[in-house]
Amino acid sequence: MHVELNHISKTFGRVRANQDITLGFEGGRIYAILGENGAGKSTLMKIMSGYQAADSGEVVVDGAAVDLHAPTDAIEHGIGMLYQDPLDFPPFTVLENFIAGRPGGFFLERHTARQHLNALIERFDFDLDPDAYVDMLTIGERQQFEILRLLSLNVRVLILDEPTTGISAGQKTALFNVLKSLARDEGMTIILVSHKLEDVIELCDEAYVLRRGRYVGHKNVPCPMSELVELMFGRVVARQERPPVSVGEPVLVVGGVSVESRRLTVDHVSLEVHAGEVIGLAGLDGSGQGELVRACTGLLRPTAGSIRINGQEMTGRPYPQFAQSGVAFLPAGRLEEGLIGSMTLTQHFALTLPTNRPWVNWFRAHRVTTERVQHFNVKGYPGSPVQTLSGGNQQRFALALLPDNLRLLLLENPTRGLDVESALYIWEQLLRRREDGTAIVFISPELDEIVAYSDRILVFFGGHTTLVDDPADMTANRLGELIGGRM
Amino acid sequence: MTGLESTLRGIVRSAAPIVIAGQGELITERAGVINLSLDGTIMLSAMTAHVIARETGSLTQAVLAAMLVGMAVAFVVVFSSIALRLSQVAVGFILTILCADLAIFLGKPHFNQPGKEIPHAPIPVLKDIPLLGPVFFDHNILIYLSLLLVVAVLFYIYRTRPGLTLRSIGEQPEAAFVRGTPVQLLRYVYTLAGGALVGLAGATYSLSVKLGWKEDLSGEGWIALAIVIFGLWMPGRVALGAYLIAGLRSVAIDLQDNDVIDLPAQIVNMLPWFLMIITLMIATSGVLEKVVRFTPDRFKPAARRFLRAAPPRALGTPFEKH
Repeated sequence: MHVELNHISKTFGRVRANQDITLGFEGGRIYAILGENGAGKSTLMKIMSGYQAADSGEVVVDGAAVDLHAPTDAIEHGIGMLYQDPLDFPPFTVLENFIAGRPGGFFLERHTARQHLNALIERFDFDLDPDAYVDMLTIGERQQFEILRLLSLNVRVLILDEPTTGISAGQKTALFNVLKSLARDEGMTIILVSHKLEDVIELCDEAYVLRRGRYVGHKNVPCPMSELVELMFGRVVARQERPPVSVGEPVLVVGGVSVESRRLTVDHVSLEVHAGEVIGLAGLDGSGQGELVRACTGLLRPTAGSIRINGQEMTGRPYPQFAQSGVAFLPAGRLEEGLIGSMTLTQHFALTLPTNRPWVNWFRAHRVTTERVQHFNVKGYPGSPVQTLSGGNQQRFALALLPDNLRLLLLENPTRGLDVESALYIWEQLLRRREDGTAIVFISPELDEIVAYSDRILVFFGGHTTLVDDPADMTANRLGELIGGRM
Repeated sequence: MTGLESTLRGIVRSAAPIVIAGQGELITERAGVINLSLDGTIMLSAMTAHVIARETGSLTQAVLAAMLVGMAVAFVVVFSSIALRLSQVAVGFILTILCADLAIFLGKPHFNQPGKEIPHAPIPVLKDIPLLGPVFFDHNILIYLSLLLVVAVLFYIYRTRPGLTLRSIGEQPEAAFVRGTPVQLLRYVYTLAGGALVGLAGATYSLSVKLGWKEDLSGEGWIALAIVIFGLWMPGRVALGAYLIAGLRSVAIDLQDNDVIDLPAQIVNMLPWFLMIITLMIATSGVLEKVVRFTPDRFKPAARRFLRAAPPRALGTPFEKH
């Protein structure tokens, strides 16, 4: 079976998720669709699997263009997809999940379905109980089940979207063995969507690389990892020189902290952050950076370890106490967590300014707003609701809201969605605070940003952290390898 | 007929409308839509059935008209949710008030007028079985329907393919969509079906249980809504909840005539609500999950089936592709 994607384009609002992408897939081979977060991999695969329609371009199966209006159309043409979050029904049993959506008569015909399912389980030597409830299974087992389900529908092209996130090493090996045998022995086409270089090199025969919605290159695997990294991240920016800042006493001491995220546990993180230092937290999305930062602000209770701010034990204390010690946190979701979209700039300051009185001093709030908005170059009026500002201005405003004399500033994706100019401005402001002795810890998915601004880098991968003490000769490439799990 | 028999018979009879409305709402909610308008819908459809029966003399037309009213209200709920993207809760709430007022306004000329009644139809032979006979087989067709409905819904939801699909769109509509289920269409279908049953419940009140049209129906719809939660979205338990409430009400009425026990009837009437709150607290506390977790593996699926206590995950949320 031969499948082609011809000139696929797709936009969401102003974001061009896919731009004129043309790729081909042969039977019996394992392909990787490789790219960083937001490169357009998932969108492309959702188009190929009929989940969403392309704006233009066509999917060609064995020489004939096919119309894919729904995932079932794609399955009829032999294309099935395993979604990143398993799309199954957790409160149903495995057997019920197997039956749901299968063609058949009015009755459930559990008996026939059970025989069919058991035969598949045996064939692949999986350990699945048809009567188990799906919400009691691990992610790995749910993937196994979904693969069986798709195979039972005679799928010949199997797309897997980030299948190794959240499964154990053993499950990963088992999964890869099954995928290899499906390709080698049954002539199926396997497409692995991933940003993990390690997985791609271990499993795939070929890799297509996407960057910012465009197809940027093809490699036969195995190949040197650096070649893939170069395709994924493009240009490598040299680290900017900047005036040295004398670091002061430790502001934040993280001692053996463990945090749990939705899918994995990050164990025993230790880190000492000094006044005036900038620490970059690098890692793939959801590797535990967000959780660590939240633990350092009292928004999340670590499962083990201690957190000290200015030498004072703060583990398990609530956020207001952290704030009193001069800690501030800017989350990635500006409008979701950081600001209140429908409230005006003045109202934000009225909420933020410290006061003992039960009423609002609007005169003072207005005066402070006007001052700060001007000082931080926010393009907006004191009376405009925050949601009417552009992303860059929202971020400047969020910075303007922070008190002046902070000890520790934690930021999550501080330049997310900003253009280059706004991003530079934000960093100018941040580095100025650093000169006043504020320690900065930031998370960023942009490796360039991490390399450019960090004094030290903490890399998150697979529940572990690695501290890079001297990023002077660290390149975005090398960092890309580290967050991909290559030591 | 013994006292016990007549009490139980009365419970089966007086619970019938709540059983029917409860099953209807259960179907709707299992599809992921919450139709909050029950209280108003029941009043409006009860009034409609009463008036049509009086005007046309046809009970069949009266029942069908009541069901149409229920479907019409349900259509507003599901249409405004799917096509207009309005909040189901807000729309349902407004409809509750609107329908109740409409029922009172339109039904004014027929208020407290003698109404027609569904004819009594005892089932020969079966009605002579001791205890069971008088309790279950000595009613009219709407009461029999309420009993059959529970069995039918149980069977449909757990034993048939369309029933599994119904559960799937209320649970994880995205996964149902990927499997080729027309999620939005089925949400229309099941909301309308549920609405028709709520209308039937209204007809059961005015043509049988509380003969005629009075405004004292207000509150019954909320009970039906609460019972769906109390029954944890399972048909059998929802019906059980309805009989429990009817039973307690019957006890409360008996207490009023009882000189020995001096307990205000209101206390007994409040019991179901306490029970519901306790049920909800247990169901959402995670205790049941722990019980299941510590059950020996062999009995886990059984324990799980019996104790599973979660609302349909997509309840009240519109379905959109990501």
